[in-house]
Amino acid sequence: MTVHDAAEPGFPRTIGREIADPASIGVLSEEVARRGVRRHLQEVWEDHPGLHGFFTTVDHKRLGMRYLYTAFAFFFLAGAQALIMRTQLAQPDAGVVGPQLYNELFTMHGTTMIFLFNTPVLAGFANYLLPLQLGTRDLAFPRLNAFSYWVFLFAGSLMYLSYFAGRPPDGGWFAYVPLTLKPFSPTSAIDFWGLGVMFVGISTTVGAINFVVTIFKYRAPGMTLNRMPLFCWSVLTMAFMILFSVPAVTVASGLVEFDRIFGTAFFDPGRGGSALLYQHLFWFWGHPEVYILFLPAVGMMLTTIPVFSRQRLAGYTFAVAALVAIGFISFGVWAHHMFATGMPSLAMGVFSAASQVIAIPSGVLYFCWIATLLQGKVRWTTPMLFSTGFLIIFLIGGLTGVMVSVMPFDLQVTDSYFVVAHFHYVLNGAVVFPIFAAIYYWGPKMTGRMLSERLGRISFWTMFVGFNVSFFPMHLLGLFGMPRRVFTYDRGWGWGTLNLVATVGGFVFGLGTLLTLVNFLWSKRRGTTAGANPWHADTLEWATTSPPPEYDFAEIPVVAGRHPLWEEGSFPVAAPDPSGAVAGLDVAAAEDREMPVVDGIESLPEDTMRIPEPTWVPLIAAGGLLVFFLGMLVRASLVGVAGVALAAVGVAVWTWRARDDER
Amino acid sequence: MSTVVATGVPPSPPAARARSRPAAWWGMVMLIVTESMIFAALISSDVFIRASSAHWPPSGTPEPELGTIGVFSVVLLGSSVPVWWSERAIRRGRMAQVRSALGAAFLMGAGFLAYTIWELSHSEGGWTDSAYFSVFHTIVGLHAIHVALGLAMSVGVQAKAWSGRIDAERHMTLRMFAMYWHFVDAIWVVVFTTLYLSVVWW
Repeated sequence: MTVHDAAEPGFPRTIGREIADPASIGVLSEEVARRGVRRHLQEVWEDHPGLHGFFTTVDHKRLGMRYLYTAFAFFFLAGAQALIMRTQLAQPDAGVVGPQLYNELFTMHGTTMIFLFNTPVLAGFANYLLPLQLGTRDLAFPRLNAFSYWVFLFAGSLMYLSYFAGRPPDGGWFAYVPLTLKPFSPTSAIDFWGLGVMFVGISTTVGAINFVVTIFKYRAPGMTLNRMPLFCWSVLTMAFMILFSVPAVTVASGLVEFDRIFGTAFFDPGRGGSALLYQHLFWFWGHPEVYILFLPAVGMMLTTIPVFSRQRLAGYTFAVAALVAIGFISFGVWAHHMFATGMPSLAMGVFSAASQVIAIPSGVLYFCWIATLLQGKVRWTTPMLFSTGFLIIFLIGGLTGVMVSVMPFDLQVTDSYFVVAHFHYVLNGAVVFPIFAAIYYWGPKMTGRMLSERLGRISFWTMFVGFNVSFFPMHLLGLFGMPRRVFTYDRGWGWGTLNLVATVGGFVFGLGTLLTLVNFLWSKRRGTTAGANPWHADTLEWATTSPPPEYDFAEIPVVAGRHPLWEEGSFPVAAPDPSGAVAGLDVAAAEDREMPVVDGIESLPEDTMRIPEPTWVPLIAAGGLLVFFLGMLVRASLVGVAGVALAAVGVAVWTWRARDDER
Repeated sequence: MSTVVATGVPPSPPAARARSRPAAWWGMVMLIVTESMIFAALISSDVFIRASSAHWPPSGTPEPELGTIGVFSVVLLGSSVPVWWSERAIRRGRMAQVRSALGAAFLMGAGFLAYTIWELSHSEGGWTDSAYFSVFHTIVGLHAIHVALGLAMSVGVQAKAWSGRIDAERHMTLRMFAMYWHFVDAIWVVVFTTLYLSVVWW
């Protein structure tokens, strides 16, 4: 690590430290000191070479990158499906695709974006960044992390297998009953959806457990919750929301599959069931889910906007409170998706009011950003452009959100293009723009190379213009009465012009995303070298090299404030310096395949955890689950049993090998 | 010493500190939280369907029997005692007691599981007959799967106990199993109250 002096005068200095003379360090064994700390760490942290290493790795950075690549593959698939739909809608009475294919396209587009892109791409960033921002070396449960990735990959592949089976799901991304029950959807199309959703839910859940425990137990010594980076706060809130809400969608899709496979009567009113029950279960997950996607994006914006304003975030405590408040309130708003189902008016009033209350913490966040921008001196880099684009788009999407939370208005526009416009502003605009900001911001950390600013700016403006040209007219189309999910419309309605505009915008937006893809792939090899901290940022991931070594940090950092790299002077590291500054902390683990364990609150070091060696076990367990779900799909119970047995063998080996080294 | 104060972290040697909860403990708590939500979603489904039915159980369906299942409920809840005992014994290094307590808990849990399977297969109606039976079989069946998972974990812990892989100092596997087992027992209290007691007594 090298010392970076600030480019601009008056800017806080950015410091990383090199162990000048390893032999002088007390905690290192003589042998390690003789061989050199970095060489020793490299050896104990290295993965197996080649394919063996590829399948057995438990490294959070490798897995995080893999999450990102896989999620972006699904992103471009979903985008391609969207553009086929837009082509069909560009003119009235067009014949590009028929109604059946159109149903399949919008179902798979929505399902992919929610389950296979947005959730996992944020998990990918969290995977990569959490240990680095927390100043540690891996997630709490590295093998579980590998398991989580394989499950995500297999579940996504299972869903896309449906295209090859000729039966893509066609019941919409929320798959309402009774349409999705056996009498109306007799083929296995819906099963790909139902089983896939349950399968991918396992990945999301174990990932969330991993994030919570990592944040509680593996922060750098001295990093109290009060000093934790805001991205970590947003991930913590997201993870708790996942743990409380994902079970509901697992139960919803599970009961649909029970009704479909075994003939149970949950959603069959003729046998005493209730179709409305499905909507309650689905949206009890579905509404927290949109904040599960949105909050990490907010966390990214709470990171980039202060860095590029060269200013600490105004109102750290308010921002944290707002994140947590949104997390809580989001569990009381699900029925605003069901205003048109005829619930009691008192219930609707409560849900409508709760939905409007969300605007308050969102407003608090917004004012944090505005105040930061006003106090700071903004650097208009590409990540900052995307962040500003986010602010504008989120404002529009938030305002239409307040509109649709008002029940009488919602009854007018429900299931119209107005709703399509609203949720694309909040889920595409206010989530995808932060994700692109994150690519430009953290990409240099991941690849070691800067992305091209020039191409980045072109990509931003193309995306920003394309996005608004595509989705803004949909508000008008909705107000003019165009229902969502129609594969075509009559010339007489007069929707042709606006739809053509939206289609052109959609293609422009798509082109903009491709420019960033090209930019990333090009600069990964040819970009200028990034150095440890190209943005003069404040958090710990910038204290190590770009890309970070396998062990993340050669020395365990010790944190004394919210902005470790902006504090005056150097921050102490755990391999003690001769002054003995941190000797009293008794931080161990500096020299081995280990990381320090701290207590949850004060972040005082207590112990060390040994990082598990690379292993096949997570892949075997995930593969067993894949066999199980495939067995359920083709109704072959023996295959299902074999899958469970395989997964059980994997888990048994896993736990048998687990070292009982914690008391 | 002044430099230590400057970091904002008070010095404190580990030996003098009480250890906080380990990572595995937090992991198990989070798993239990999310599993509880699965049961909460199913129990809510039961309440929702029940609230929209004129009669519960539907007319013509007999109320569930309380006798035998009541006895086995006591057996299942009672099995938490030897599990608690095994944790207490291992901290004192009494491995023989650990093995017998775990064995006793296993037998009690297995007895409950066997009876549950018998009851479900001899139910008045199959789970396709009505939403009442669908939700009853699903929740009781899911709980039975959790008991089976707990028994599988017990086998693993017992294997570790017999082979000497856990001892007074290091026995996280046993602690995790114990937490999970108590959770499965506690969930049964909710399931039994919702699906049996409240149906008969309300």
